[in-house]
Amino acid sequence: MSDSTAAKLQTPWRLTSPGDLETLRNDIIESQDPNRPTIVVCHGNGCLAGGGAKVAEAFRQGLSDAGINAKLMPGVKTTGCQGLCSRGPLVTIQPHGFCYQRVQPGDAAEIIEKSVMATEPVERLMHRDTKTGEVFHTEEEIPFYRLQERRVIQKIGKIDPTDITDAIATGAYSSLAKVLSTMTPQEVVLEMEKSGLRGRGGAGFPTGRKWRSALQAIEKKGRPVYVVVNGDEGDPGAFMDGAIMEGDPHAVLEGLIIGAYALGAEKGYLYVRAEYPMAIKHLEMAMAQARSYGLMGENILNSGFSFDARINRGAGAFVCGESTALFTSIEGKAGNPRPKYVRSVEEGLWGRPTVLNNVETWANIPLIMGMGGEEYAKIGVPHSTGTKVFCLVGKVENVGLVEVPMGTPMTRIVEDIGGGVGGGKPFKAVQTGGPSGGCIPYSLKDTPVDFDSLTKVGSMMGSGAMIVMDETDCVVDVGRYFLKFLEEESCGKCIPCRLGLSRMREILDNFSQGKGSAADIEDLTSLSNALKDGALCALGSSAPNPVLTTIRYFKDEYLAHVEDHKCPAGVCKSLITFAIDPEKCNGCMSCARNCPAECITGKKKEPHAIDASQCLRCGICLETCKFDAIFVS
Amino acid sequence: MNPVGTNLEEIMDRYPGEPEYLIFLLQDIQSSYGYISPESMQRVCDRTGVPLTRAYSVATFYQSFRLDPKGEHEIKVCLGTACHLKGGQRLVDELERRLHVEAGGTTEDMRFTLNTVNCLGACAISPVMVVDDEYHPSMSVKKMDRELKRLRHEGEKEVGNV
Repeated sequence: MSDSTAAKLQTPWRLTSPGDLETLRNDIIESQDPNRPTIVVCHGNGCLAGGGAKVAEAFRQGLSDAGINAKLMPGVKTTGCQGLCSRGPLVTIQPHGFCYQRVQPGDAAEIIEKSVMATEPVERLMHRDTKTGEVFHTEEEIPFYRLQERRVIQKIGKIDPTDITDAIATGAYSSLAKVLSTMTPQEVVLEMEKSGLRGRGGAGFPTGRKWRSALQAIEKKGRPVYVVVNGDEGDPGAFMDGAIMEGDPHAVLEGLIIGAYALGAEKGYLYVRAEYPMAIKHLEMAMAQARSYGLMGENILNSGFSFDARINRGAGAFVCGESTALFTSIEGKAGNPRPKYVRSVEEGLWGRPTVLNNVETWANIPLIMGMGGEEYAKIGVPHSTGTKVFCLVGKVENVGLVEVPMGTPMTRIVEDIGGGVGGGKPFKAVQTGGPSGGCIPYSLKDTPVDFDSLTKVGSMMGSGAMIVMDETDCVVDVGRYFLKFLEEESCGKCIPCRLGLSRMREILDNFSQGKGSAADIEDLTSLSNALKDGALCALGSSAPNPVLTTIRYFKDEYLAHVEDHKCPAGVCKSLITFAIDPEKCNGCMSCARNCPAECITGKKKEPHAIDASQCLRCGICLETCKFDAIFVS
Repeated sequence: MNPVGTNLEEIMDRYPGEPEYLIFLLQDIQSSYGYISPESMQRVCDRTGVPLTRAYSVATFYQSFRLDPKGEHEIKVCLGTACHLKGGQRLVDELERRLHVEAGGTTEDMRFTLNTVNCLGACAISPVMVVDDEYHPSMSVKKMDRELKRLRHEGEKEVGNV
């Protein structure tokens, strides 16, 4: 790198044309030595919680101990989520792409010595197939990554999200430059329509059509118009929007600015969930950096177009993910939704025309503008174009962030990419769409994952949580879990949601205790229909889905609870008993010591017994027993 | 001068005195003091022109606001779907029993506040427990016990030093 380039890169300079952006990008690329070893440490949520920060520190320390100045070469880079969360903390060594998993600070020295100073792999820390024992060295080889089609999350886990130059080097803001210099706002909307993109927040409304209606509303009502990012990712089990905001905040901003240009908006809002402090921090940094490079704010790239945005932190209310509730929350009020007979594109935030899109939707827009709407529409299937990012969680080997083309069969995601539930057993069900979605049984494992196919089987796409359940998960319990969740989160404004959910939950409470009758299942169905028809917002009208789908596909399990008073999965506390297998128990006393009810008795080195009448069914004995002697029946 | 009062004014100055900044102000007060006292609520209302009743309706609507002081340590248990499937509720039950407090409450000695949270997005390491913003991955009741003991012991040592 020449000294002048280095100086130029250190201080942001205001870019005044698409050509400037290109020059900057080339300067950054030129300044990077492709052969320079880089230790890329994942700082996604999962890896950080597993000690990723200490691992990065150990690498920095290791380099300095080895007498290598980290500022020169090699370097340590921290990124957003690299994807395979269940095997974190993850570390990748570039340029060879060696992938290391479950890295501990103590491993840093060996990795530096072998893979950074030399090009030797440390196989004990590499991905090993649990079935075949095969060892994979790089992302390109690991099936979890190889079988994905990463487009939206392509840069996540590769770039440093706190450094705009790293993003620009990989092409960030080039779509914005193209749009501002070569396209009219009308052309942008047309391109969106051609792309067939449907909103990634859950309902799957065509984004281009939404923008078109907004333009029509603006014609009638004039400006101002607002653009809003819905980053209130509340579905439990879903973290892809969080991962995008944390790992590639510039993609969201670039999409938002393009949208603002298309609609003539001068002001935008990013509503981000309070539980994602890192997303808020990274977005704030990204916005400040984008402003200083002239990519946001007054007269962007000297195009005459000005736009700025601000972040609103959520305050912990699931219903605020609903667009009208989100608007009232931005206005500083309690987030109650309103009936949607007047659409948000006509009357949204502050009563003005407003276009609200989900994080992942906005992050798709630079891709669409880059490749063109027609090209984009070739990805996926005809009525669900593009890719979708999923969070694969629950009872699955590879928990993590997955991106596949729309229409990919469920089994490919859960079994081939996710590695299945482990032990070679089939999964029991996959829950998609969070509290608004449903449970899809193993028999429908080949269901293509796209908007329409999921709706057809009674579930929905939702935001992208995919929760895998195995035979030890009880569908009544899962239904109860979601109802309790929604009952607590219901804003209480409309009666079907406020009272209907409580009553449904009461029925399932009874079921979990073996009470009730088969007739209650009819009641559940009837209440569900009342909610579907009568609730004010989508939170209420989609709330029955988890219960309805489990009744549809697992009715026997419901009946087992009410008629046989049994929980086949061994979950519902009132219907199970814990016992000790005298053959396996060697009298180590560990369970007796830990039992909070003190109801396990027995002499040392002799089989123990549980007094079922005193047992709290807390399961601590099961957790403590090292000899597999405790069983649930 | 009351130092708390000074800080409160500092927070007030961060935003324009308009109703739309109500939540911003409450959030900043919540993160500085751990709860929103009647005095600070009144001050926010004076500043933004929002009636006191409406400010309380907002503060009670959102889960992240507390109207009573928080304990010395805050223990949060994630109850997202993945954590639920892997025994998150059991952790809550056991913590409630050990601390003699219901989720959302604070122990009488003001040592611990127990809260649940809907999903932290750290599903890979479920069930997750967070103690004073530090994540504890793949929690079991046994590990939780150990952590609780550590926190209690730490407190006793501090008391001993005084």
